[in-house]
Amino acid sequence: MKDAAPQVMTFKVLRFDPTNDPEPRFQAYRHTPRPRDSVLEALKDIRDEQDPSLSFRYSCREAVCGSCGMTINGRVTLACRTLVESLGPGPVVVEPLPNLEIQKDLVVDMEPFWRAYRFVQPYLQPQGPPPEKGFRVEDAELEDVFRTTTCILCACCYGACPVVTRDERYLGPAALAKLYRFTSDPRDGRPFDVLKSVDTPSGVWGCDTVFRCNAVCPKDVQPGHGIEGVRRTLAAKTLQRMMGRKP
Amino acid sequence: MLEYDLLVVGGGLAGLAAALGADPRLKTAVIAKVHPLRSHSVAAQGGINAALGNDPAGREDSWERHAFDTIKGSDYLADQDAAELLCRRAIPAMYELDYWGTPFSRFAGGTIAQRPFGGGGFPRTCYAADRTGQMLLHTLYEQAVRKNVTFLDEWLIAGLVVRDGRCPGVVAFDVANGKIIGIRARALVFATGGYGRVFRKSTNAYINLGSGIGLAYRAGLPLKDMEFVQFHPTTLNGKNILITEGARGEGGTLLNNEGRRFMEDYAPKAMELAPRDIVARAIQREVEKGNGFENEYVLLDLRHLGRDKILKRLPGIRDICLNFAGLDPVDTPIPIQPAQHYSMGGIDVDKTCASMVPGFFAAGECSCVSVHGANRLGGNSLLEAVVFGKIAGQSASRFVIDGGGCDSPEREIGEEARRLHDKVAAIRKRDRGENIFRVLNRLKTVMTEKAGIFRREKTLREGLEQIPALREASERAFIYGRCQSYCQEILMHIEFGYMLDVAEAILLGALKREETRGSHYRTDFPVRDDIDWLKHTIMTHTGQGPRFEYRPVDVTKYPPQERTY
Repeated sequence: MKDAAPQVMTFKVLRFDPTNDPEPRFQAYRHTPRPRDSVLEALKDIRDEQDPSLSFRYSCREAVCGSCGMTINGRVTLACRTLVESLGPGPVVVEPLPNLEIQKDLVVDMEPFWRAYRFVQPYLQPQGPPPEKGFRVEDAELEDVFRTTTCILCACCYGACPVVTRDERYLGPAALAKLYRFTSDPRDGRPFDVLKSVDTPSGVWGCDTVFRCNAVCPKDVQPGHGIEGVRRTLAAKTLQRMMGRKP
Repeated sequence: MLEYDLLVVGGGLAGLAAALGADPRLKTAVIAKVHPLRSHSVAAQGGINAALGNDPAGREDSWERHAFDTIKGSDYLADQDAAELLCRRAIPAMYELDYWGTPFSRFAGGTIAQRPFGGGGFPRTCYAADRTGQMLLHTLYEQAVRKNVTFLDEWLIAGLVVRDGRCPGVVAFDVANGKIIGIRARALVFATGGYGRVFRKSTNAYINLGSGIGLAYRAGLPLKDMEFVQFHPTTLNGKNILITEGARGEGGTLLNNEGRRFMEDYAPKAMELAPRDIVARAIQREVEKGNGFENEYVLLDLRHLGRDKILKRLPGIRDICLNFAGLDPVDTPIPIQPAQHYSMGGIDVDKTCASMVPGFFAAGECSCVSVHGANRLGGNSLLEAVVFGKIAGQSASRFVIDGGGCDSPEREIGEEARRLHDKVAAIRKRDRGENIFRVLNRLKTVMTEKAGIFRREKTLREGLEQIPALREASERAFIYGRCQSYCQEILMHIEFGYMLDVAEAILLGALKREETRGSHYRTDFPVRDDIDWLKHTIMTHTGQGPRFEYRPVDVTKYPPQERTY
């Protein structure tokens, strides 16, 4: 199959320098992408050839580092994973991730996202000393772990989540999916009290199950299913406690 | 001015391992130009080597066999005592990573799964599907969160102060607001990663500029074996995204345009699982002979593995192919070509990660111990980062606890901060000149064309001749934007000068080494020469230009042999 002839396209990119600009504005660039170029490659070429003052985060360019989450034609996604030719002929509109403050152009302040991540104690809490030759655990027991650990913490789900928009205290899908990564891990034995810290309206009960997170996740982590998983675990353990058994 | 006992520069796997290995009584911080989880370690795919012997076919494996394979793979340039240390420590390191929660793939029965990799005598490579780097980096970051490690995210180290051969601190550039900040540290661990993006065709993340290596070099730290650059055989044609060696470890084959497994001409026993230098050269040769496709690539065929195995063992590779090449490896072979992948050379350190400068330690890809010699085996880089990162943290801690480190370095750090401040101000004052990003792209093209897989005196000299003009162009470059926050142009101005030093070191080292060894192939000197060249290149920056010395290789019990596979 022959690639279509390269065509000049318009990229409308949101520009904002909070210390100098009164408000954000769009700047239009004309650029001719190569076949199969990603939006990230187009932005980089625009920066390298036309406007080195354009700021955006990037690193791996292959959808594993999580740096380049942004809004492209209204959809929250990774710029490196979005091919320009998948977007149709009209202008490509590029904006930063929603729900986070703009620091410069497409760069947002990720600190609220990382704060939520740290809040869920995102590390394995095994009970007991290290087994001499490693844990014995089957692939089948780790199925949910394998799915949720593909999360690259790009914050696309956080940017797309309507609950985050209205409640800035809400932990958001990625942090709760990270928690599920551990609660579904047979090697983890975190105490009930630790789990109880998300048993709140801004924790797992904040989710209103519209699952925008599942729809935008570029790695198919399905964070919403993780949130439901933590809810089930919490409910089951609470019930066990009420029945007088220590979970 | 900030102050720490121990400052780790770089938040990738080696940097995090150093922070976790540091003595908890010390005040330690990790400073990195990107958030640690954006580090290039995240992109490592295929696995990490350790002679666990979990595969029935690997029962006879041992750390000694692992060491031998590593040394042979290095074309006998690895220091054998260091390679032995690496391979011995590999085994407990895997169990520690497992205890920390790394989601390794498993064999039936629940042990850590292992797959064959290039140059390895047994299935020895532990893996988490084809996302091993991501799983390890996230796991170590999680442990750092657990231990409450201090992180200074998105700060670039822009200056390094060495006084009387001692290293009291650094000057950092805060990317978020453009501020220049001095930091005192009683010991430093550099874990700044490789220099892949000195080349145009590279598997590396865009951020891998190698400026940390250049910064150390400028400050007087010697570099070792810079001419040894690994080219990975299988990268996606055009974009040069890595297609893991694990794809061949699982049974993938390489085909030329006659549909023939051409590796039988180059490595009849090991075939596709010969070491990377050999496979990369074989592919390049096939393409140059006209046996490739479009004069660019050959094919990596996974179709016979079947859909289930591809989905289970190589899901990330399938995703890369679907997304970036528009093909499904279940039905279609993958077009691949070699590209720069790894920096064997780096800051000269010994097996305790100590450099020539007291208090300055280095680990991971920016360093050269040397455990990889002239060619690194797949699965040994994550291992080196984990093992030597930890050793660096421990060595640096011991240095501080034993009373090392300067007492009153504020004045020198202040001077370095002012120098940088003036430099940035001078750049900001220019209202016309070169675009720094374009100058960078010119350097990348020079390196890919002149210091690639096949080298000879003429092309290396042509490359070297370009360096002064690039330096001059970069010094004429100006800044388009006026912002202080996330001004990535300024970062590039700061890093580019150091990149030129790195590029020059690669070219010069390659020009001087008149033999062929591992990844360094000289068409005008096509054989290994153990009489004159079984030695490390040591290169030191001086006011009169680079000074070269050579140091013998440490040989314990593996005398150099002919390297056949």
